[in-house]
Amino acid sequence: MKIHEYQAKQLLGRHGLPVPLGIPVLGADSLEQAIQEVIGASKSQTVAVKAQIHAGGRGKGGGVKVAKGVEVARLAAGQILGQRLVTHQTGPEGRVVKRLLIEEGVSIARELYAGILVDRGCSRVVVMVSAAGGMEIEEVAARAPEAIVKEHVDPALGLAPFQARKLSYALGLTGTAARNATSFLQKLYQAFVALDASLVEVNPLVVTSDERVLALDCKMTFDDNALHRHPEVAALRDLDEEDPSETEARAHDLSFIKLDGSIGCMVNGAGLAMATMDIIKHFGSSPANFLDVGGGATQEKVTAAFKILTADPDVRGIFVNIFGGIMKCDVIASGIVGAVAEVGLHVPLVVRLAGTNVEQGTKILAESGLPITAASDMADGARKVVELVKRQVS
Amino acid sequence: MAILADNKTRAVVQGLTGAAGTFHANQMREYGTLIVGGVTPGKGGTVHEGFPVFDTVEQAVAKTGANTSVIFVPPPGGADAILEAADAGIELIVCITEGIPVLDMVRAKRVLDARLSSREPSEGSLRPSAPSRPAPTLLADARPRQTLPRGSAAGEAGGLPTRCRLVGPNCPGVITPGATKLGIMPGYIHKPGSIGIVSRSGTLTYEAAFQITELGLGQSTAVGIGGDPVKGMDFIDCLSLFEADPQTRAVLLIGEIGGTSEEEAAAFIKANMKKPVAAFVAGVTAPPGRRMGHAGAIISGGKGLAADKIAALRDAGIAIAPTPADLGTTVAKLVF
Repeated sequence: MKIHEYQAKQLLGRHGLPVPLGIPVLGADSLEQAIQEVIGASKSQTVAVKAQIHAGGRGKGGGVKVAKGVEVARLAAGQILGQRLVTHQTGPEGRVVKRLLIEEGVSIARELYAGILVDRGCSRVVVMVSAAGGMEIEEVAARAPEAIVKEHVDPALGLAPFQARKLSYALGLTGTAARNATSFLQKLYQAFVALDASLVEVNPLVVTSDERVLALDCKMTFDDNALHRHPEVAALRDLDEEDPSETEARAHDLSFIKLDGSIGCMVNGAGLAMATMDIIKHFGSSPANFLDVGGGATQEKVTAAFKILTADPDVRGIFVNIFGGIMKCDVIASGIVGAVAEVGLHVPLVVRLAGTNVEQGTKILAESGLPITAASDMADGARKVVELVKRQVS
Repeated sequence: MAILADNKTRAVVQGLTGAAGTFHANQMREYGTLIVGGVTPGKGGTVHEGFPVFDTVEQAVAKTGANTSVIFVPPPGGADAILEAADAGIELIVCITEGIPVLDMVRAKRVLDARLSSREPSEGSLRPSAPSRPAPTLLADARPRQTLPRGSAAGEAGGLPTRCRLVGPNCPGVITPGATKLGIMPGYIHKPGSIGIVSRSGTLTYEAAFQITELGLGQSTAVGIGGDPVKGMDFIDCLSLFEADPQTRAVLLIGEIGGTSEEEAAAFIKANMKKPVAAFVAGVTAPPGRRMGHAGAIISGGKGLAADKIAALRDAGIAIAPTPADLGTTVAKLVF
């Protein structure tokens, strides 16, 4: 799960990490007061106005402005709030900015990078730093991988003080700044573990002209599997940043991702679901979604999944590909029949069933009298659904 | 022969009395697996569906001589269940549980790795120099205290902890057709034979096994290693076992987007394997940055693309199945 920059900074602050003074703005009516408060408390006329969306590249896209004085800041904010912001991560349709962060201006001496994530290659958490702050780490990794310095962390010890010092000195820091950076990295690691984050990036991590070290920007992603023990993090979810069909799918505990093709897929198992998308592409069309109904799905869950597919106007045909293991084919069949009875069926439907209780499942579908095309295997099903959709279009 | 599991496997089921544990313990027993008992804290001394229940894995091992555990414990306690099995001297831990927090697995893996490195030789030493693999431990003595082991092998090895292998979590398990089924896969789609399967996906493994069986071939052992980013055995660990197994004539490897395990497997196969290998990688159409069901199946920062993995495997001389409908035929060509 992703959260906004301002939420990430609030979490960092609560874990004792230095962040700039800032106030989030969730609507135009609280804007002016927020600007005045930040200017008043920071004793500087300079503020940063930052669009809060779940996508990177906000600066280049025009979503971050530095302004002097209340009036200029208010105008700058007006140019961002409510507007559609397009960055390289939002796609061409962009994202409407509904939240802003008003932050004190900071006098920057150096811009650095710090990131923490799980290195799956060695099953350890890795803390990475780079002196090339402000640049995307992928870009640094491609151009000058030696500029990224890493320390792998023994989970029994945590980030040891000597490791944090090595990283600080590798950044070329000395004196007070090095001490502050060492403390910052240790606290950042502690916050990462305490919150069950899957990624924390502080970019840029800045050293101010008075040798303070603070997080000027922060991106945090959390392990969905651990959200159950962090209700305070789960509450930060911003539904405006998600596709409504994905929100609906999560309510039914379905693993669903909206894609931009025309064939809706319903599959059990993540690997088979991806393979089904691939085989649709192989036969010349493209998938409208990734949908894994999971192993132990009930009839209600299958019905909910089917409704999500039929509600999508982009879906021109549906392919159900089930290999029953724990999942039983008759449960899938009853779920489909139930869903069609409720919402109708306006596009071609191809169903391939294999595995546990396949005879019962096939019988339920045949006796339903619904216009369902049966498929003998996964290639047969993919070929049939692609052909049916093409015929319908022409 | 076969790998990891055979008719000498004596398994306990951790989380036996839960819905999934009960259902699958019965299914495994029907298949012929020797399920010697179950573990559910607080229910020790009772009998559940004909299985004796113990409070701890330690008690189950002492009373039944179990050498294997299949875990169905819910995700919040999943990593702890793995550690308990390892501490009790279990040699093969198969963790079916899906949704274990990744940092729980980081901690559990540290303990297992320390244990593995304390015995030689290990298949880990066959790995091509893994990038940035840190020393397994920074502590002076990472070996578990000698409250264990009771496992017979350990005693013979001079007090060192038993070598312990983990499959999963978030996996369908291990099946050696005709001998033993340790997991949730449907038994009847398999038959004994000469193809080894190692896969990161569950249902796609069933698809592969079914296709191979329909072609009249069968499987030596099928291992679902699981879809999580931090897990037990990886492709290379299984490939080296298949290479050494006389029953296995060819291997089918099923990968997916995310991480670099397929690329490492390609390098390993090129350098170390004489047996032919076929492969399929799911997720050519997956968009970057999105988690495709499996926590491990995410493409980020230009790494983990299906196309890169396929290219690496092809460069190593591995036969690539063009679609998931060709898993069986692609590997069959290697043995005919």
